[in-house]
Amino acid sequence: MLTKRIIPCLDVKNGRTVKGTNFLDLRDAGDPVELAARYSDEGADELVFLDISATLEGRKTFLNMVERVAEAIQIPFTVGGGISTVEDISRALGAGADKVSLNSAVLARPQFIDEASKQVGAQAVVAAIDVKRSGSGWAVWTKAGTEPTGLDALSWASEAVRRGAGELLVTSMDRDGTTSGYDTDLLLQLSEIISVPVIASGGAGKMEHLRDAIAVGRADAVLAASIFHYKTIEIRELKQYLRLNNIPVRL
Amino acid sequence: MIGIIDYDAGNIRSVVNALNRLGVPHFVSNDRKELSKASKIILPGVGEARSAMDSLRAVKLDQWLKEQTVPFLGICLGMQVLFDHSTERDTPCLGVIGGTIQLFQRTSAAPKVPHMGWNTVTLAGKTPLFNGIRSDEYFYFVHSYYAPLVRAVIGTTEYGTIFTSAAHQDNFYGVQFHPEKSGEAGLHLLKNFVELC
Repeated sequence: MLTKRIIPCLDVKNGRTVKGTNFLDLRDAGDPVELAARYSDEGADELVFLDISATLEGRKTFLNMVERVAEAIQIPFTVGGGISTVEDISRALGAGADKVSLNSAVLARPQFIDEASKQVGAQAVVAAIDVKRSGSGWAVWTKAGTEPTGLDALSWASEAVRRGAGELLVTSMDRDGTTSGYDTDLLLQLSEIISVPVIASGGAGKMEHLRDAIAVGRADAVLAASIFHYKTIEIRELKQYLRLNNIPVRL
Repeated sequence: MIGIIDYDAGNIRSVVNALNRLGVPHFVSNDRKELSKASKIILPGVGEARSAMDSLRAVKLDQWLKEQTVPFLGICLGMQVLFDHSTERDTPCLGVIGGTIQLFQRTSAAPKVPHMGWNTVTLAGKTPLFNGIRSDEYFYFVHSYYAPLVRAVIGTTEYGTIFTSAAHQDNFYGVQFHPEKSGEAGLHLLKNFVELC
């Protein structure tokens, strides 16, 4: 039976893992390659690395880190952050990443999803969507959650899939860093209209939250950062808990 | 030396990294002469059947592949092209293994396509490829097309339907999952392949 995936996420700035609250207030959380190896050993199903460096130098450091990660671990991983051309995608996959996560660049130019998908296949293209509650729905924000786009989250999610995204990574900005639980209403509504896997992100604080994202929100995978970095939750313990709650996991 | 076929349709880097990790000598090539010196051959593959077959034909590896007698491992799309035919853009394939590759139908038991993530492989019959690997071990999959149950089956997986996730015909082995991305179990399988006589 296909299992639900547990995905630690590493925000990387100038070669170091950092974690913020509500997209701000960054704290150091260690060497990304060491963390990646630790997560892989502890049973993580997949990893996501987001480059939040703003400088050219930082970006070079990031690509070098991607190569070292690929040598150190044998599980799939996605990289994202600032990818805006097909050359960026080739560099990331060439360095050993399995998928790329696209966000601001595809909001600025949706056609970029079609181009990416055509070049490397839908299975390697993840559309990352940052959303905030707005009225009775959710609005899409861009540029690391600093600017509203005016787009509705559900219709943008459908468009991204139609254009060739093989997976969606959906972050609730309202919940991110709050440890108050995933936005299960959002996830459930997405699950009803989206034909590709959905990764839930934003709000994990305790094991029940990850269970609910899957059992209530019907997410295919759950992503979290600080609860794993600071060992609030151990991956193996989490998986045992999920299995006891009848959620299929790889143990 | 293991020859890894580079035909613009694979994440070769992951396979190379995995073999490095095992300390196994290998080289990457799309040249028949070079590849003829290999004691074993790996055909990786990500992408789409028609372009993969076109790429193999462009470097004249399509006929050549079928004639090889050394142990051969096709991974993911590299396994699918070993079959007779793929319904993906109605593509004639190599025909080493009988059967037609099909597209997953979305059902309540398989609501999402591609089939992406870790799933179990149930062993069917004895094969050296899975030596020391338990039945129902987890491997990492990502694909939208699948191989039906065929005579060459050595492992099956369920996703809406039960399909062939590992096959063996003479010296040809194929796995639908990515051993190079399947943690320790995947490395174990690659080691088994490397140690085949």
